Amino acid sequence: MLHGLRAGFKLRHHRPMQTMFDRIWDRHVVAELGDGWDLLWLDRILLHDLSGGRALRDVAERGLRVPHPARVFATADHAVSSAPGRTEGSFPRGGALVRSLREECARQGITMFDLGTGGQGIVHVIAPEQAIVLPGVVLACGDSHTCTNGGVGALAFGIGASELAQALATQCLPQKRPGTFRIRFEGARGPGVTAKDMILHAIHRFGADAGTGMAMEYAGEAVRALSLEQRLTLCNLSIEIGAKIGMVAPDEVTFAYLHGRPYAPKGRDWDAALADWRTLPSDPEARFTRDEVVAMRDVEPQCTWGTSPEHGAAVSGHAPRPEDARDSAQAAAWKAALDYMGLEPGQRLAGTKVDWVFIGSCTNSRIEDLREAAAMLQGRKVAPHVTAWVVPGSEAVKARAEAEGLHATFRDAGFEWREPGCALCVAANGEAVPPGARCVSTSNRNFVGRQGTGARTHLASPATAAASALAGAIADPRA
Amino acid sequence: MTPFRQVSGPAIPWLKPNTDTDVIIPIQDLLRPGREGLGERCFARLRYREDGSENPDFVCNQPPWRGAPILLAGENFGCGSSREGAVWALMGMGVRAVIAPSFGDIFLANCFQNGLLPVRLPMAAIRRLAAHGGGNASVTVDLERQLVIAPDGEAIPFATDPRRREALLDGLDEIALIQRHAAAIEAFRAQSEAERPWQ
Ligand code: SF4
Repeated sequence: MLHGLRAGFKLRHHRPMQTMFDRIWDRHVVAELGDGWDLLWLDRILLHDLSGGRALRDVAERGLRVPHPARVFATADHAVSSAPGRTEGSFPRGGALVRSLREECARQGITMFDLGTGGQGIVHVIAPEQAIVLPGVVLACGDSHTCTNGGVGALAFGIGASELAQALATQCLPQKRPGTFRIRFEGARGPGVTAKDMILHAIHRFGADAGTGMAMEYAGEAVRALSLEQRLTLCNLSIEIGAKIGMVAPDEVTFAYLHGRPYAPKGRDWDAALADWRTLPSDPEARFTRDEVVAMRDVEPQCTWGTSPEHGAAVSGHAPRPEDARDSAQAAAWKAALDYMGLEPGQRLAGTKVDWVFIGSCTNSRIEDLREAAAMLQGRKVAPHVTAWVVPGSEAVKARAEAEGLHATFRDAGFEWREPGCALCVAANGEAVPPGARCVSTSNRNFVGRQGTGARTHLASPATAAASALAGAIADPRA
Repeated sequence: MTPFRQVSGPAIPWLKPNTDTDVIIPIQDLLRPGREGLGERCFARLRYREDGSENPDFVCNQPPWRGAPILLAGENFGCGSSREGAVWALMGMGVRAVIAPSFGDIFLANCFQNGLLPVRLPMAAIRRLAAHGGGNASVTVDLERQLVIAPDGEAIPFATDPRRREALLDGLDEIALIQRHAAAIEAFRAQSEAERPWQ
């Protein structure tokens, strides 16, 4: 009861000088566990095919039931084929995972956005799309890009298999409160600059581990000016800067996006929610553990050259020379990355021949991403030697794009128009970029072997990917 | 969870920064149920050649370090994906402690869930440990005393989160720990649903 009272105090009283992150965290503390640890209440848990079925079975094997199945949602994304006309049988090993997830969800009364129902898609695409994630909620999912959901002003984080089973069994998780790291993007976006370029620039500048032990908040004029979908892209790469959590304060843009979506509050609840959500943003005087400013005049369209998301550069720039590294360890890492990527030290990025282009993934597969790419492709043709795929993030995105005729633009240009899922982002569904092939990808990880054994990945925005598909080589979208 | 107190043995020098969990275990190896055989697939893309034979140049295949219980690593070890299979694969290969300057947050949590001890030390100390290299140089990692003992006897202190340390030493069950708060959880739920029904 004491815990309930303490939590209730925090629910009702608005503390000044708080960050949005701390405010939402405080509202979800069920019990203090000492040493900076809290038992956090989870408003939502999301499941996907790769780990969801197994986690539900783990809970059942302990003789437990999921206590709040209405707070849990599932979909199939990682291990499903993206081939046109696919079924769960198209990739048999994935089909077994999908079936297991479906059976376990049915047993527990959990809603699953199954293949072909109109709602299936990449888990982090469908959560905002269905308004399963809302400002101020705490959400956990067995996937590192759960941070994407912070784009609506939620506190969302990825967990492993053990924590997922604990969350499902109790609707809570013991968590240690992280520090806070704010990046303010000041000034206006230049031509061809998207949220993807902003975050790749920040990762390159601050490093792939700058955010470890931190919750990111992205703020500033350039973030306020982003659409909700672009904010999701921005938060998506928080884990690539090392942070489990990334957030953007909710505002009118957020509210307009969420209004009327399937799981958004309705009627009087909507009005009450709106009043509550307006209290969430960080107070102007709030202090962050770390606070940085990025001047937008320094941010150009980006393209990574190496095998860590921090191996970034302007698409108009060059791969680095190991002799310019800060120390011998970095020089060795750069050299290994250049070797893997088949690039010469100092090589100009634009003009480097590419074999594949992938537009998709939870980073850049929403309707605005597809519009951005299609605008570049209109009436033009993909270079003949390039294999180009576009994989919409969800069945809803796909249907919307088809209603707008975008699929025809992609097909006429020479892209394959495919079925929703993670596809070439992670190559867990039988689809892969071939060994040695170079791919400009709108996904979030350029790790060794990520898109397939020996595949070489350059991360970029949808516009840069589309421009590169047309040129048959890495290309500046402004050119 | 497997409890952890102390481990001694050779320490694999793998000092590269940003070792991601995709490299530790390829996703394709995680499409089947269970953890069996994951040790064989740990670092698969580095450990084996295209024809499936062992790559003799990879450190984990070299005599003093084959099956070694300690891994020395560079910054941001275990960054990337949340796959807990990365921890299962390392443990399956025989690793019980990883020493690095920093770790990916989710990997770090997964380590503690399974009884793999992540130890944070400055890079300079890790380089000193690595310099002892080869032969039968044995490093000890002692969680009770929170010390790493180098082959020359140098004792290097490290800090571990107290809650996690206790859980590792005793091999605690997290679900049972959470369930002790059942009454507080239920009170919280009722109040939260009354105050913010949409949430
Ligand atoms: S699209 Fe890629 S990054 Fe996103 S959830 Fe799927 S595999 Fe993970």
